[in-house]
Amino acid sequence: MSGSTTFVPKNPVLKWFESRLPIIGLVHSSFVAFPNPRNLNYFWTFGGILAFMLVAQIVTGVVLAMHYTPESTLAFASVEHIMRDVNFGWLLRYMHANGASMFFIAVYIHIARGLYYGSYKAPREILWILGVIIFLLMMATAFMGYVLPWGQMSFWGAKVITSLFSAIPLVGDAITVWLWGGYSVGNATLNRFFALHYLLPFMIAGLVVLHIWALHVPGSNNPLGVEVKSKKDTLPFHPYFTVKDGLAVVCFMLFFSYFVFYVPNYLGHADNYIEANPLVTPAHIVPEWYFLPYYAMLRAVPNKLGGVCALFGSILLLAFLPWLDTSRIRSANFRPVYRVFLWVWFAAVAGLGYCGSQEPVGGIVTASQILTFWYFFHLLVVLPLLGFFETPLKLPATITDAVLSTTRGSSGAMVAARTTASPSVDG
Amino acid sequence: MRLELVTRNGKTIMSPLRIFGAPALLAAGFLAVAAPARAQEAAPAPLPPKQSWSFAGPFGRYDQAQLQRGYQVYREVCSNCHSMHFVSFRNLSQAGGPSFSEGQVKALAETFKVQDGPNDAGDMFERPGRPSDPFPSPFPNEQAARAANGGALPPDMSVLAKARDIEFGGLWFMLQPFSQYSEQGVDYIHAVLNGYHDNPPDGFKLPDGKYYNDYYPGHAISMPKPLSDGQVTYTDGSPQTVEQYSHDIAAFLMWAAEPKLVERKRMGLTVVIFLAVFIGLLYAIKKRIWAGIHDDTGVTTAAQPGE
Repeated sequence: MSGSTTFVPKNPVLKWFESRLPIIGLVHSSFVAFPNPRNLNYFWTFGGILAFMLVAQIVTGVVLAMHYTPESTLAFASVEHIMRDVNFGWLLRYMHANGASMFFIAVYIHIARGLYYGSYKAPREILWILGVIIFLLMMATAFMGYVLPWGQMSFWGAKVITSLFSAIPLVGDAITVWLWGGYSVGNATLNRFFALHYLLPFMIAGLVVLHIWALHVPGSNNPLGVEVKSKKDTLPFHPYFTVKDGLAVVCFMLFFSYFVFYVPNYLGHADNYIEANPLVTPAHIVPEWYFLPYYAMLRAVPNKLGGVCALFGSILLLAFLPWLDTSRIRSANFRPVYRVFLWVWFAAVAGLGYCGSQEPVGGIVTASQILTFWYFFHLLVVLPLLGFFETPLKLPATITDAVLSTTRGSSGAMVAARTTASPSVDG
Repeated sequence: MRLELVTRNGKTIMSPLRIFGAPALLAAGFLAVAAPARAQEAAPAPLPPKQSWSFAGPFGRYDQAQLQRGYQVYREVCSNCHSMHFVSFRNLSQAGGPSFSEGQVKALAETFKVQDGPNDAGDMFERPGRPSDPFPSPFPNEQAARAANGGALPPDMSVLAKARDIEFGGLWFMLQPFSQYSEQGVDYIHAVLNGYHDNPPDGFKLPDGKYYNDYYPGHAISMPKPLSDGQVTYTDGSPQTVEQYSHDIAAFLMWAAEPKLVERKRMGLTVVIFLAVFIGLLYAIKKRIWAGIHDDTGVTTAAQPGE
């Protein structure tokens, strides 16, 4: 990864090692000397928080896998065995189950930060797309993990979601049977979900390495959206950002702990403490909270294939954001109109989440349809047009100038229109 | 447990056609969610009244005497129909639970006959129970349980207190985690045990073999009123009323479902205090390292550090 590698080990053994595999220099340049914009706010700590959550999920998950049995008649009992008889098994399981929710809370804030501050724009498109792929893998991992306890919601959630693939014309049914490993969700499904649930986190870890690599080429975006111009605009990663990220991670751990120790079942569903039964459908099949907005979109479209397309399209479309957003100004702080639309869009996603948790009757259906429409309208129509009609606010020439220019009057770089956007955004 | 879910919602969605027809599977998901609206239009169940529980809140602890009474109610009443196969006799002597002595548990286990085997001759045999045995189930299999209960399957009680929820509606769900309210299961169980009526209200058609209950979804429950005043004889002077029995059994079921609750909350307090202090220290260090460098604003007033 980039950054100035000035690191030369003094210890002769390390020197010998470094000349053969320069990994210490790599770590040093990436996480010690790496220059970060000095004006990053606490929303930029969620990358570190997510790295912590990934490690926490892998560590607790590997230990849980030592005690869990991926067999349809034994899975539920083995989870109870973990809760009752394994030393601190209850702690591992509650950490892992709540950890999934925490992972999603952190990733949603991380994504929202990227949207607000325009972190997806050039030259960070690959970084953003890698993030979207990581998000998709996270969703797959979380979904398969939720199936493993083999409760009623596990089973019926798996049934509803895997059945989505049957909406694909011609080959849909064949694909569904192939996914299930049989003609219904059963032991074969549980087995393969367990195998994949164990595999995917390591694929995520690999993509995270690429994500950080792609981040370290252009460096971090920042709340002004103005590229770093000189060394004066930056601070070395260590100690400034190690201590800041560290503080944020520990604060997040406190939030996480509150759920694990005091309300460990709040984010789950009571029906999942009833063992899976293929003959009895639960009254109300709902996915985990972090899938509710997509679930609402799925149900909002009356046509099955259409619903499935809305579901997957809503996420895939995010990968095209760098090209859908035509404005060259990154930070929403300098885009008064975009900022309002973005908050409306955030509210629409939250509203979809609420609709997804409710029974789809009456007003809930209409609301889901309006909000789904708005979700796509914002991405496909508002964003592309806004770049042409919006007049952005004045953009400071450099990060260091940011406040100096406002205190000394309007001597800072002025941005009249998007097309003449200050050269600062081109980095 | 299984049939109960069906009847709880007063609808039949067991049609094998709908469940096994692959193309209709998605529809099954949709219909399952949509069904309650079209299902039997019974009067909506009132919210179970919130009870006071010793194990609620951040410092909650199980009341040992209450768990012992609750076990007595389970053994004398509930266990005639309800299994509890994830709980073993040895659990009854674990710290934080009913805390019977090991001698008591051993003697208790021996009063049960347990099938074991095969022995060297290949025969199954019966022996007295041991503390390591799980609670014996009242019926050998699901079919036997249904046959004895008019087609209904009494749910296993091991995690029942965590498998029942209350829908409060509105935006209460946003506040609920911070209220630490997590006694929905026991509040519901307590309410059901106290919610029986001899005669359903006018206009309510109670199916044969069902009983009317205020709190049971759909109101028609397959379990007859299980508890009545004076039915279980307490030796510790506690009131022998349905109200008291239902509190005791619900508390016992909570323990059965969450035996590590006390350990969890105790550890939680340590963890939260530790992290809070750690955050304070880290914050002080962060302030010191960043002193003279205005973060979040983009101002530099200090000399470039590290140069």
